[in-house]
Amino acid sequence: MNTPLAIEVTGLTKSYRGRTALDGLDLRLAPGQIVGLMGDNGSGKTTLLKILAGVLAEWEGSVRVAGHAPGPESKATVSFLPDASFLPDAHRPADSIDLYARFFDDFDPSRARSMVEFFGLPWDRTLKEMSKGMREKLQISLAMSRRARVYLLDEPISGVDPASRDVILRGILSNFDDDALLLISTHLIQDVEQIVDSVLFLRAGSVLLHGGADELRAEHGMSLDALFRKVYTS
Amino acid sequence: MQIDDSRPIWAQLVDEFRRRIVAGEWAAGARVPSVRELALDLGVNPNTVQKALGEIDRLGLTATERTAGRFVTADESAVAGGRAALAEATADRFAAEARGIGMSLAEAADLLSRRWALHDDAPDATASREKPERKAP
Repeated sequence: MNTPLAIEVTGLTKSYRGRTALDGLDLRLAPGQIVGLMGDNGSGKTTLLKILAGVLAEWEGSVRVAGHAPGPESKATVSFLPDASFLPDAHRPADSIDLYARFFDDFDPSRARSMVEFFGLPWDRTLKEMSKGMREKLQISLAMSRRARVYLLDEPISGVDPASRDVILRGILSNFDDDALLLISTHLIQDVEQIVDSVLFLRAGSVLLHGGADELRAEHGMSLDALFRKVYTS
Repeated sequence: MQIDDSRPIWAQLVDEFRRRIVAGEWAAGARVPSVRELALDLGVNPNTVQKALGEIDRLGLTATERTAGRFVTADESAVAGGRAALAEATADRFAAEARGIGMSLAEAADLLSRRWALHDDAPDATASREKPERKAP
């Protein structure tokens, strides 16, 4: 395997005021795949994504993302979608697209506009006037319209109805470059069950299980969702 | 197609693609849709589609031409072989279940011939998933 890894993490530890969020986590992910990051609340999913995105400091261990330590160089090629809304309430979609175009060299505004159209979002409404599902769709349109090497999506489909979920997944699938890495966190595995190449189960800040989706189904004879419930209750 | 999350998806895609070819939905010599089109249409991972199509290649039902893409074989014996394999698997499932509930071969054959006519307009098993919403709520 000569392909450079998209993510390479060794012995990553992060504590908040003495409470351990990540505990010596090791992780190696090749590009060209969609990886589901699963774990119960407090397992460290968001902390891991924030460190990979370069927005959280003061951790121990070794982290390489797209060949760089987290910082300006990695941020230029890593598209991070945080779980909380980060756009000003007064923005209409075109304002947010302009903002992204100013911030990110790899941002493709025409792709973002076509995703906004695909999602059927209203161009004349501000974020404040949009539903939660609409805001999620707008943020996904922005995050997926960067031509990044690594996409980090933190709970991108939490709290949307099933029809919206399918549309969002379709939007993600059709805008994802074959040689990029997409790491998508969720606590509802069934939402992403059919689109992931592999899954990563976190528990108490380290990797509990990491494997290919179909390999795990073949080995255990159950869905990833059922496997998740089984390993977390054992 | 309905995907069963408890079994490897790539193997289900192999069955589905093989079915499309032997049923003529993907006609002999026709171009196979791209990996991305199939992934979007079925709502599954593109690498999984790629792996399944590789297996369909290996079975001799499709072949990839360097620049033009992937085509269904024009070799009728390969398609006939695929149909025979699929038919056998279906017959095996029926035979196993019929024996499992204590039927004799004569009873099973009689039942099959009585039920046969009910299926002359078999539902389209490939009916696509529900259409995504296009309009904002």
